[in-house]
Amino acid sequence: MHNLSDIMETIKMIQEENLDIRTTTMGISLLDCADTDIDRSCEKVYNKITTRAKDLVAVGESIEKKYGIPIINKRISVTPIAILAGVSGGDPVKYAHALERAAQTVGVNFIGGYSALVQKGFSPGDRELIESIPRALAETDHVCSSVNIGSTKGGINMDAVAKMGPIVRACAELTKDRQCIGAAKLVVFCNAVEDNPFMAGAFHGTGEPDVVIHVGVSGPGVVRAALKKAPDDADLTQIAEIIKKTAFKITRMGQMVGTEASEMLGVPFGIVDLSLAPTPAIGDSVAHILEAIGLEEVGGYGTTAALAMLNDAVKKGGVMASSSVGGLSGAFIPVSEDAGMIAAARSGSLTLEKLEAMTAVCSVGLDMIVIPGDTHEDIISAMIADEAAIGMVNQKTTAVRVIPAIGLKEGEELDFGGLLGYGPVMPINRRSPSKMIGRGGKIPAPIHSLKN
Amino acid sequence: MRAVITVIGKDMVGILAKVSTTCAEANANVIEVTQSVIQEFFAMVMLVDLSGMDIEIDELRERLSANVQGMEIHVMHEDIFNSMHRI
Repeated sequence: MHNLSDIMETIKMIQEENLDIRTTTMGISLLDCADTDIDRSCEKVYNKITTRAKDLVAVGESIEKKYGIPIINKRISVTPIAILAGVSGGDPVKYAHALERAAQTVGVNFIGGYSALVQKGFSPGDRELIESIPRALAETDHVCSSVNIGSTKGGINMDAVAKMGPIVRACAELTKDRQCIGAAKLVVFCNAVEDNPFMAGAFHGTGEPDVVIHVGVSGPGVVRAALKKAPDDADLTQIAEIIKKTAFKITRMGQMVGTEASEMLGVPFGIVDLSLAPTPAIGDSVAHILEAIGLEEVGGYGTTAALAMLNDAVKKGGVMASSSVGGLSGAFIPVSEDAGMIAAARSGSLTLEKLEAMTAVCSVGLDMIVIPGDTHEDIISAMIADEAAIGMVNQKTTAVRVIPAIGLKEGEELDFGGLLGYGPVMPINRRSPSKMIGRGGKIPAPIHSLKN
Repeated sequence: MRAVITVIGKDMVGILAKVSTTCAEANANVIEVTQSVIQEFFAMVMLVDLSGMDIEIDELRERLSANVQGMEIHVMHEDIFNSMHRI
């Protein structure tokens, strides 16, 4: 018989501390859909997704019922569409519409992969796809987009960086009557991972199998609740130990759900992504974990150190709990999706500069940050360059997902609703980086990329 | 498959009877029960075998909530506790 306190702990985690499976994401390769006729290519894309993922939502729901664990999102990631656009030519937005129709048919929350990988340069289809991103995201509801502009191995493609500033802005402008939501569905990556189940940056890498199922676990509330029970005189080694043990338990649940889903769908199991992903719900905040460790408010000195420890302890606990860990696996710090981050941004405790430092020690980057609507495009490009540099040098994934709040000034707020949350426009440094961004070219790969 | 049923709330007459009757009607076999009452507070954990059950686990959950009102009831697959608390 099971131990009563173990049973009650699990029930409490789910009922009161918002423990859930954040996402089951099915990765689907579209390489066999490529066709020189774009309409035929789109038709094949639609058919493949709706065939392979037809049971994804139903299986997710039956697992929820069987185990009594909420699975918040069912998602799909696909091969970067730029590859298909390169073969077919034509207007890539047609693919976005095909993805949207497929997403609606199978009933998933998001579909990711309207993407291009241009870290070392543009191949056919890449430029066209990047330029079409603002329209694609404005004309669809479920499609998510990402562009990889740098890597430790390849350096940073500054031509692509210069291009992405205006693209991010255009995404916001085309959706300015809908809280600039377009920009919230676009991520600019350095060292993008091919098996990430989280949006908006999920895509299905070319090294992945035909179809695969990934799981993203969550549970910032559980970690915080465990820390709150720790005595005030517990030292940081003990705190790290508590986080590690809690991460282990959370991940075991993700591993179980992933294995079950993969069996029921007849699809190989990919990875468990260990990330602590917050939501705007009370008690589901990464910022509040940092505050439970002992900070007055997130953003103050000590934040980076606490986050570094949290991120590492989560990985250590999770790695032992799962047979294959992957994706981004760390603590997420999206500002608008985290009640504690929103509060700290409102109070002025959390600044963009501090967030940038935090991104050096956790996944993923400057995420879901609302910036003034009149921010110059070159400044957005330069933010992307800074983040990419942190990722490139530290051999980690970094990303930028900022939302220019068109027509709004500092202190005013955007509200995206749902899991994307809400947040105030954060002040930015307006000194011009235009000369540097205008130079274009590449930042060469760092010396430690030469490992062979 | 086996499931763990937990019932928590203010103590009253007949809780265990109602839960086990509901299980029996669904052909769910009770394997083990632990129950305690601490200061009018009732807590029960029941391990049941659902392999012969003629309804879905979701349905059992609904019937229990309907038959035993005013109590907090959870029905969860045993595998969750195995995966979380045992290596």
